[in-house]
Amino acid sequence: MSEPILTLSDVTVAFDALKAVDGVSLTVPRGQRRAIIGPNGAGKTTLFNAIAGAHPPTSGKVMFNGNDVSELPPHRRARLGISRTFQITNLFPTLSVQDNMMLALRGLKPKKFSLFGAPDPDEAEAARIGSALKAARIAERADVIVKEMSYGEQRQLEIAIALVTTPTMLLLDEPAAGLSPSERSMIAEVIRSLDPAITVILIEHDMDLALGLVDHVTCMFEGRVLVEEPPEGIRRNAKVQEVYLGKPRHA
Amino acid sequence: MTPASKSRILGMTARGATTAAAILIVAALLPLGLSSYQVGLATEILIFGILAMSIDILAGFAGRTSLGHGAIFGVSTYVVVYMTSQAEMSPWLALLLGIAAATVVAAVFALLAVRTSGVYFLLLTLALGMIIWGVCLRWTQVTGGENGMRGDVRPAILVGQSAFYWAVLACAAVVSYAMWRFVCSPFGLTLRGIRDSESRMRSLGYNVPLHLFIGFSVSGVFAGIAGALYAMFNNFVSPSTVALAQSVEGVLMMIAGGVGTLFGAFVGAAAIIVLENIVSSYTQRWLMVLGITFVLIMIFAPEGIIGKLRAIFSRKAKAP
Ligand SMILES: Nc1ncnc2c1ncn2[C@@H]1O[C@H](COP(=O)(O)OP(=O)(O)OP(=O)(O)O)[C@@H](O)[C@H]1O
Ligand SMILES: [Mg+2]
Repeated sequence: MSEPILTLSDVTVAFDALKAVDGVSLTVPRGQRRAIIGPNGAGKTTLFNAIAGAHPPTSGKVMFNGNDVSELPPHRRARLGISRTFQITNLFPTLSVQDNMMLALRGLKPKKFSLFGAPDPDEAEAARIGSALKAARIAERADVIVKEMSYGEQRQLEIAIALVTTPTMLLLDEPAAGLSPSERSMIAEVIRSLDPAITVILIEHDMDLALGLVDHVTCMFEGRVLVEEPPEGIRRNAKVQEVYLGKPRHA
Repeated sequence: MTPASKSRILGMTARGATTAAAILIVAALLPLGLSSYQVGLATEILIFGILAMSIDILAGFAGRTSLGHGAIFGVSTYVVVYMTSQAEMSPWLALLLGIAAATVVAAVFALLAVRTSGVYFLLLTLALGMIIWGVCLRWTQVTGGENGMRGDVRPAILVGQSAFYWAVLACAAVVSYAMWRFVCSPFGLTLRGIRDSESRMRSLGYNVPLHLFIGFSVSGVFAGIAGALYAMFNNFVSPSTVALAQSVEGVLMMIAGGVGTLFGAFVGAAAIIVLENIVSSYTQRWLMVLGITFVLIMIFAPEGIIGKLRAIFSRKAKAP
């Protein structure tokens, strides 16, 4: 258990001249709840892309669960147990919640190629979908068409989709962005009650939300790690206050 | 899960199965009340309904409208007519060859088109269809060029107008059922996923071009079946069978019925073929009338005839 689940060594992601992520080294122990905070453009989402494979690192190494995944495409990393949600909601709007979950579940399975098979989920699939929807607190909404759900529910579905493949590590990119206070506390509750065996990395602008949920905080600034500290100390950290808390949107 | 899903007949709900059976019975009784000319029209409607449905698999479910399906359809017709008349092959074998040829052509189209979407997909499939048309027009030794080819395709037992109609009806029923199963299947769901969000599908581990390739090829099989039936119906083939107008008509039938309604294709085919027959007894300008009809549909019923009816009924059901 002591071996870390995720180790980044000197990871850099460059877009031409811009180093969006610049030499980040990071270790996340198994089962930890980790927050990544930092001002807009700090490179948080790009770091997620490097971990999940959407934008493989330009240089550096990503070790996940004992495997070097630096060069693997996203679906291979997903197969190893990395799952993520997106900062911008990206669902299947004209399909039902159930069908969204089915697509998420079957992405890594040969059953997706069944050309004339019955559409219904088998028992094991139904159980997984049921428990993921329950964990995201939208169990009663399975038959609703996604575009008819509230934005908050759609964010919950994002999480349910990431959970249905039973990941070992879950990357949440601003899951509560754009939500009302009551919806935010719903999302916080969902994250708090996730299976403790899952390692969770959370990007979140809202300090109050993030700090109440995690064991450890990484603050990024201009592509680099600025500070790493437990949540208790982070608010008083002078560097963090300078780049982050001083910003008007968090006043 | 729900009680309804337990009592399924061949995967259909009880109500769906009853409706399908009722429509089939009515359709099967038609030749008893129609003139032989009208039975011919009904046969044509069924054949083009299959073509329009095959286009709907891609347009309505994968979000990609093909303007090359007339050519895929026509390749099958050409092969069937050629094999029976020039190569003196048995009609049954010729039908299979025709469908196989259409499938191969569809697979080649698919290889080139699956990485595109929207108007690029439309234009690319249009251009590929034009190539087929060019080949059929110029390769005179084999295709008979502009004059086309005549053949005696129908097997002896299907020579009668009604017998042939029933055969096509049976075929249309089986093929429609197969297409319905296909769009509802786990694979069909992946096509709808691609229509809604390609990027999300990719991040979930789907190979999007591969799925579109398979979808396009399967759609080609069905277009090929329609083309083979058309060879038997017409006993003649010429470049106009693979021309752009054929593809456009197929797409218009699909749109007139309702994109994504699948069975609407038959309604659309009926509307356009009946209209064509009424109009051409008054004027030569069928294409102009077709254009105007299409504009009217886009303005007053962009969701198609079936889509419009559904909307009206659900509004009535909701009204107090
Ligand atoms: N695909 C891309 N091409 C070019 N530049 C990019 C790309 N993606 C991100 N960037 C740039 O990289 C930098 C970091 O972006 P990133 O999205 O990782 O920031 P972030 O910390 O997630 O910000 P936010 O809090 O606004 O979501 C920004 O300057 C951004 O403009
Ligand atoms: Mg971001």
